[in-house]
Amino acid sequence: MTREDIREVIIDILSDIAPDEDLSDIKDDVSFREQLELDSMDFLDIVMELRKRYRVQIPEEDYSHLASMASTVAYLEPRMKDLEKV
Amino acid sequence: MYDTIIIGAGMSGLAAGIRLAHYEQRVCVLEKHYTIGGLNSFYRLNGRDYDVGLHAITNFTPKGAHKGPLARLLRQLRFSWEEFSLSPQLGSVIAFPEVRLRFGNDFELFRSEVEGAFPGQKENLRKLLDRIVDYDDLNDEMFQQSTRQILAEIITEPLLIEMILCPCMWYGNGREDDMDFGQFCIMFRSIFLEGLARPLAGVRLILKKLIRKFRELGGELKLRSGVDHIHVEEGRAVGVVLENGEQLAARQIISSAGHLETMRLCDDVTQVDPALAGQLSFVEAISVLDKQPSEIGYNDTLVFFNDSDKFTWHKPEALCDVRTGVICSPNNFDYGPDEPGLPEGLIRTTAMANFDRWQELSDEQYHLQKLRWYEAMNESATRFVPDYRRHIIDQDTFTPRTIRRFTWHDNGAVYGAPQKQLDGGTHLSNLFLCGTDQGFVGIVGSMISGIAMANRCLRASG
Repeated sequence: MTREDIREVIIDILSDIAPDEDLSDIKDDVSFREQLELDSMDFLDIVMELRKRYRVQIPEEDYSHLASMASTVAYLEPRMKDLEKV
Repeated sequence: MYDTIIIGAGMSGLAAGIRLAHYEQRVCVLEKHYTIGGLNSFYRLNGRDYDVGLHAITNFTPKGAHKGPLARLLRQLRFSWEEFSLSPQLGSVIAFPEVRLRFGNDFELFRSEVEGAFPGQKENLRKLLDRIVDYDDLNDEMFQQSTRQILAEIITEPLLIEMILCPCMWYGNGREDDMDFGQFCIMFRSIFLEGLARPLAGVRLILKKLIRKFRELGGELKLRSGVDHIHVEEGRAVGVVLENGEQLAARQIISSAGHLETMRLCDDVTQVDPALAGQLSFVEAISVLDKQPSEIGYNDTLVFFNDSDKFTWHKPEALCDVRTGVICSPNNFDYGPDEPGLPEGLIRTTAMANFDRWQELSDEQYHLQKLRWYEAMNESATRFVPDYRRHIIDQDTFTPRTIRRFTWHDNGAVYGAPQKQLDGGTHLSNLFLCGTDQGFVGIVGSMISGIAMANRCLRASG
């Protein structure tokens, strides 16, 4: 997967978690917490959805890398580059 | 072998089940009763639908709200806001002999009512709000502080303290006399700062949504499947044995049976202290009217009443204590202009009750006492609302015995044990508690409890 693919995967997961949210103008360098008011339960969901969909394991100490779109994509790129997008 | 067995198909157990099944766990929910719902259930009698438990859903926030337990639970369970079909209350009242305070889903109404009735307390109410808004739900240390003590430090008008405590205790206090400050903050926010709502179809609509989602995700539900015991080997729960002898193995167990009740199920626990059980149970009378309540001048959604200036929250000596109570009309919600609303008028009144006294009655006495206290509750309630009694065409009363049958909680304790287990942990590393005894009450609260415990299990499985 390319960085752009990974970004789409995250958008797709966010649209599941927050269906009432307009995600089209999400800013990559602003934190999810600030833009979407996500809480710790929602971050667990991003982790669990990645595990469910792509079998990517993210250890709890790495959850802080999922703060914004930019940091999430950067963190996931080496872990997902060899995977096919579904 | 299941990944997780959940004991109890109430709101918390079903919410936990949905979370775990969504993340591909093999989940089985076991329910002792013949129907789902636990405390918040429903039944049919003489061709009419009745709800148990739910008057109104607290924690109501409008569509689009990001914060608050309702928004959080919808996200976590992947429901859209519309799916619970929540209609807001028309407006409610705290009624004491000399003073009435109205409140609605906009806090400004309550603020102006308090200012009108207690002009000197304006600044103190603001101080109280600061304490409540700052408060972090899950700080264990602060959770158990005395609410009465904290309120007495902030509010200098004793009657206002009693009036604020009345709805907060009625809707979620498992402790007699005083209330954990943490629980108070949760209840205050859920009633006054968020708000009240109800689906037209009642609690069954929410239960049906939950059970459908759980099944779609591959979850299993077994009704009439009471757990005889939880089998423990080398410090871990390894499964359950049902009352019918069937054995089910699981990697972990989440129980909504209650703390003591769950301990008693564990075959490594030889004795539990029944004194730790909750004591507070209720009777509730449901009256069906030949008119809509608004046609007899009753437009309130809820009336929390108390017939003196001192509010008493204690297990009664007698079968019931009708000095304080809650009156609710499911008709009085804003179902919208296109919705005909409920076909018949309904008034529900709730009073405190003594489980042991109800339990020891013979069947004949039980029926007589139900009628006697039905009359007494209506008599007490009609001191505070228009007299609806000559419009009654049908009625049913449920008692602590009914609550026991639906929840299997010791003493039919509606809000469980006074001592909450906030982290949901037990003496076994793979046995968790959810529901009232974990610490969250109400429809939204109990679902949040199930979600939080499921998340704990999900984190542990990573």
